[in-house]
Amino acid sequence: MSDYNAIELMICVAARLLEDGSTVGVGTGAPCAAAMLAQRTNAPNLLITFEAGGIAPQLPSMPISVGDSRTFYRGLMATSMSDILETCQRGLVDYTFLGGAQIDAYGNINSTVIGDYHKPKVRFPGSGGANDFASFCWHTLVITQHDIRRFVKKLDFLTTPGYLNGPGAREKAGLPENSGPLKIITDLAVMGFDETTKRMRVESLHSGVTFEKVQENTEFELLKSPEITDTEPPQDEELRILREEVDPFRYVIGR
Amino acid sequence: MTELFSGTGPLFMNPDPDDARSFFKKKEKALVNKVMPVKEAVSKFVKDGDYLGSGGFGSNRIATAALHEILRQKKRNLGLAGHTTTHDFQILTAGNMDGEKLLSRVDVAYIVGLEARGLSPHARRVMQSGEIEICEWTNYAIACRFRAAASGIPFIPARNMLGTDTFFQSAAKEILCPFTDRKLVALPALYPDVSLIHVHESDVYGNCRINGITVADGDLARASKRVIITTEKIISNDDIRSKPWATIIPSYCVDAVCEVPYGSYPGNMPGEYFSDEAHLVEWLRAENDVEKFRQFLDKYIYDVPDFEHYLELCGGVEKIKELRAQELLLPRKE
Repeated sequence: MSDYNAIELMICVAARLLEDGSTVGVGTGAPCAAAMLAQRTNAPNLLITFEAGGIAPQLPSMPISVGDSRTFYRGLMATSMSDILETCQRGLVDYTFLGGAQIDAYGNINSTVIGDYHKPKVRFPGSGGANDFASFCWHTLVITQHDIRRFVKKLDFLTTPGYLNGPGAREKAGLPENSGPLKIITDLAVMGFDETTKRMRVESLHSGVTFEKVQENTEFELLKSPEITDTEPPQDEELRILREEVDPFRYVIGR
Repeated sequence: MTELFSGTGPLFMNPDPDDARSFFKKKEKALVNKVMPVKEAVSKFVKDGDYLGSGGFGSNRIATAALHEILRQKKRNLGLAGHTTTHDFQILTAGNMDGEKLLSRVDVAYIVGLEARGLSPHARRVMQSGEIEICEWTNYAIACRFRAAASGIPFIPARNMLGTDTFFQSAAKEILCPFTDRKLVALPALYPDVSLIHVHESDVYGNCRINGITVADGDLARASKRVIITTEKIISNDDIRSKPWATIIPSYCVDAVCEVPYGSYPGNMPGEYFSDEAHLVEWLRAENDVEKFRQFLDKYIYDVPDFEHYLELCGGVEKIKELRAQELLLPRKE
């Protein structure tokens, strides 16, 4: 088995979640790399969209912006932001990939501020299209580093909805039915959500990582899946495609 | 009984469609030549206190020349629709230094970041100081707000933002759907005073073509009371009439047409030139130190008369040739 780094592992795990023929709204960086890898492995008919208006590009390289010209290079359509997000709102987009500064046990995400909203310690960009994608797409996937400042009991600001405060909360708030976070992929483990409580649970552990280690790096109490498996490590072929075709200049995997 | 909430953020602009209709009624609809220098367009159509819309997508197809000119003319107390504003936000917040306030209020969907390039230190300093009044939204919410305005209606219902602090810090309101009883978010129409949009082609009257994604610019142009177009090139009206389906913005929305070749630089212009990543990094680095940033702004903006001189300082035609090769994926020379 080849050597690989944490970000390569996360991208490979994320790519495998995307089925052939499904649709995904992605941003730049690791999510885009995962979608590109999926397209070259298990999901050749994956339809990739970008919030600024790009539909199904044949990406010649990693985009720098979700609105740069690569995001519709040899695409099927170059449209508007509303068209993309309304396609999500109509229920045609299966997955979205997000990141964020903080995430809680229900998969809610903060990408707005650390500290007081009106005079923040740190101001982050805000929702961008994240709240839209996570409200509208059927499944939200998150790729993020795992540490205790990120996996918190209480968010400083709830930018983007996960399961809000538990079962039924999304529907009660008015969000589309049967949508919400599906998997959280970190450098330590893959987490899903308990069906009854909608709280985060550990489903698979990466090589050499114990449940205790994941818990130590998480401020809230993690649940355990009935069967915790070992994360399937990246295959040589996945790594080759990722390194040679998807990100040859190591913009994402070199971080 | 379903409890309905309202956001607590400030509503900066009046969403009333009849006020907008009275304004639009007086707007010039005839074909008049609107070609003028950027300097004149900004001086004539951007007033202190105005609320701005910035076209394109942050560092892609942005009206750099108009944004720089707003800095040079030291406009004050402007509002902004921060709809994935990245390098455009960086340019405008450069006017918030030494106690001066170019921006005083911002509807936020995406600010202070430059996507994969990282966060702007200066924009963060400005936002973290609390000197700018803000209201929180999402990209789709602001796109809907332009659409409501472009449609001449006071709001558009949608299903985003619900249940979050993004909603709580916005000026949106929850409503019940009269047909399905579902809870929806009502997004109020946003009529900017003036918007700055860079396009590929325009005739002298302001009939514009955009190649590639339109982002929200079709609606932004229709929603705005005044529109300044910067264009890569001016084309003939015959050309427009030969392919009317390619017109994205009609002339009756437009107040000024400024011919600015390479006008999205250092941003990307689809099919024309890629973004100048080295210059964007230089800009981000300069912001780390306030004194250094002041010198940087003097060199590139305040001490040059116009965008053409800025482009020259950044490498001129040679630089553009390099960025064109990148955009068009031309084989690299050894």
